[in-house]
Amino acid sequence: MSKTLFDKIWEKHVVDTLSDGTIQLYIDRLYCHEVTSPQAFAGLRARGLKPFRPKQITCVPDHNIPTLHQDQPIKDPVSKKQVDTLMANAKEFGLTCYGLMHPKNGIVHVVGPEEGLTQPGMTIVCGDSHTSTHGAMGCVAFGIGTSEVEMVLATQCLTQRKPKTMRITIDGERKPGVTAKDIALYIISKMTTGGATGYFVEYAGSAIRHTTMEERLTICNLSIEMGARGGMIAPDEVTFAYLKDREFAPRGDEWKKKLNEWKQLNSDPDAHFDKEILFHAEDIEPMVTYGTNPGMGMAITGTIPTLESVPESGRISYKKSLDYMGFKAGEKMIGKPVDYVFLGSCTNGRIEDFRAFASIVKGKKKADSVTAWIVPGSWMVQRQIVAEGIDKILNEAGFELRQPGCSACLAMNDDKVPAGKYSVSTSNRNFEGRQGQGARTILVGPLVAAAAAITGKITDPRTLL
Amino acid sequence: MKEKFEILTSTCVPLPLENIDTDQIIPARFLKATTREGFGDNLFRDWRYGKDGKLNPDFVLNKGTYYGQILVAGKNFGSGSSREHAAWALVGYGFKVIVSSFFADIFKNNSMNNGLLPVVVSPEFLNEILKTVTENPASTLTIDLPSQTITNNATHRSEHFDINSYKKDNLINGRDDIDFLLANKEKIEQFEKKRTGE
Repeated sequence: MSKTLFDKIWEKHVVDTLSDGTIQLYIDRLYCHEVTSPQAFAGLRARGLKPFRPKQITCVPDHNIPTLHQDQPIKDPVSKKQVDTLMANAKEFGLTCYGLMHPKNGIVHVVGPEEGLTQPGMTIVCGDSHTSTHGAMGCVAFGIGTSEVEMVLATQCLTQRKPKTMRITIDGERKPGVTAKDIALYIISKMTTGGATGYFVEYAGSAIRHTTMEERLTICNLSIEMGARGGMIAPDEVTFAYLKDREFAPRGDEWKKKLNEWKQLNSDPDAHFDKEILFHAEDIEPMVTYGTNPGMGMAITGTIPTLESVPESGRISYKKSLDYMGFKAGEKMIGKPVDYVFLGSCTNGRIEDFRAFASIVKGKKKADSVTAWIVPGSWMVQRQIVAEGIDKILNEAGFELRQPGCSACLAMNDDKVPAGKYSVSTSNRNFEGRQGQGARTILVGPLVAAAAAITGKITDPRTLL
Repeated sequence: MKEKFEILTSTCVPLPLENIDTDQIIPARFLKATTREGFGDNLFRDWRYGKDGKLNPDFVLNKGTYYGQILVAGKNFGSGSSREHAAWALVGYGFKVIVSSFFADIFKNNSMNNGLLPVVVSPEFLNEILKTVTENPASTLTIDLPSQTITNNATHRSEHFDINSYKKDNLINGRDDIDFLLANKEKIEQFEKKRTGE
């Protein structure tokens, strides 16, 4: 029987199936960060248990670490306690942990792929919704809650219902100035913020095949923003070339053996999906969001939709959203003033994002009215930035490179946008208060972020290319 | 052993907004605790309190008109972050049931793992419940988990709701998944052996 990529990986990890269809799923790799794991470790301890398969667990503090002076103790005592708790739990149970200033530290979803810990065919979970990122390498990866983290710690398994499958095909060739983030924001704007809930999404089509590995990570990262359980892309030569020789990638004969297995990981030509969606790459423009969920996005050249265009049941929420943002229906986004620019996060904190940002700001100056936070996704990215001289381009243009972490994406550290201020951000969520209480977030790709940082307003980056 | 859930009759709190994300349920800056307790104080923090830290008298939880163990919310409740703190905050505040026409996946799992029952109703029934509750704050809903029905006691209209029998049994018996998974450990080890032998 023909199978989807998702089915092929999922079925290989089913330990047991209960009479009502609940599945006991085996998990190859668990990533832990400091915010959603302490209660799971405490629960484990209360039951008198230890991690069942410690070698399959990697811990990385990232959510509330500062992006300056990481060599010094964390000033916020509550943040410090969470990071210290993760380090202590890892030490007690013999788990690998890349703490602050460790050369492998960074955002867990940046670190996993770049270290070769994330590999095709795996099942991967983490107490973080953006775990969908790892699906870009051809695995089944999804976010879980803390009780589920405890399940995996205790048994390396999860109880799950099998999600439905959806294929989103993007055919055609994308236009210049359109980044992977724009593709993702376009898809989410069409699907809406809950439009893929209950589904596991496979991205396919010629526009996807022609993406780089890092672009795929960006696209899969945002799957959760339309409610999808996860997103994935069949591994191919792009995936294998990216993975080869990375720290934890298989080597020698083991690499050859794995490569043969990985080459089987694709949906059969006649595989059935519960839902099929088709988009055309030519229709995609650089994107911006104008509201308070990632589904509220549009082409940068467009106008904010009218209240009448929204279904009646959603109008109270729509109005509340525009009021929060200080925008009016029918307005253009181009030309709106910007106070903060954030480049970074598990969505857009990789080297290609910094190259893209630098390509716009090179030889120009940051607008005086803009505060910019430029935060690499990991120390590996930071080292690449320096090795390629991108730090010099940034410095000359008036930008300062900070230290890696989740930073202003969710503002658990000091990188908070003040109330009422507009933040043009390459992160993944524009929810009310996400980047600081009262902060107004406009989600964009790295090129739009760079154009905003230079001009101090929402600007089509194609006018600066 | 967790608290058992069977039948609940309660007044409700209506919150008819759509896409209420977990950042609204509990903002990130309140996620820094290392235990499960105390999150109820910051439930819907930025809607409950003004920027000056004072109670926002217009927010439904502060009005005093509506109270109870059931929250009735617009569609796509609990979207966004996987933070289980959202479920802990709702439970900590005193909610036992959330009624909506649609829930985000991770939130749904998180709430069931904490004895908080997500009840999915049709959009029409949700509108009816919201109307009844808004007009008459003393009206009640009855949630019967064993028979999987939700009843609007003001109109006597009922609807069946879905829940898989494994999770239902866990909720009714106050059991959790780790009890089940640990009992199945032999199968896990067999699975691992079979895989490495491939």
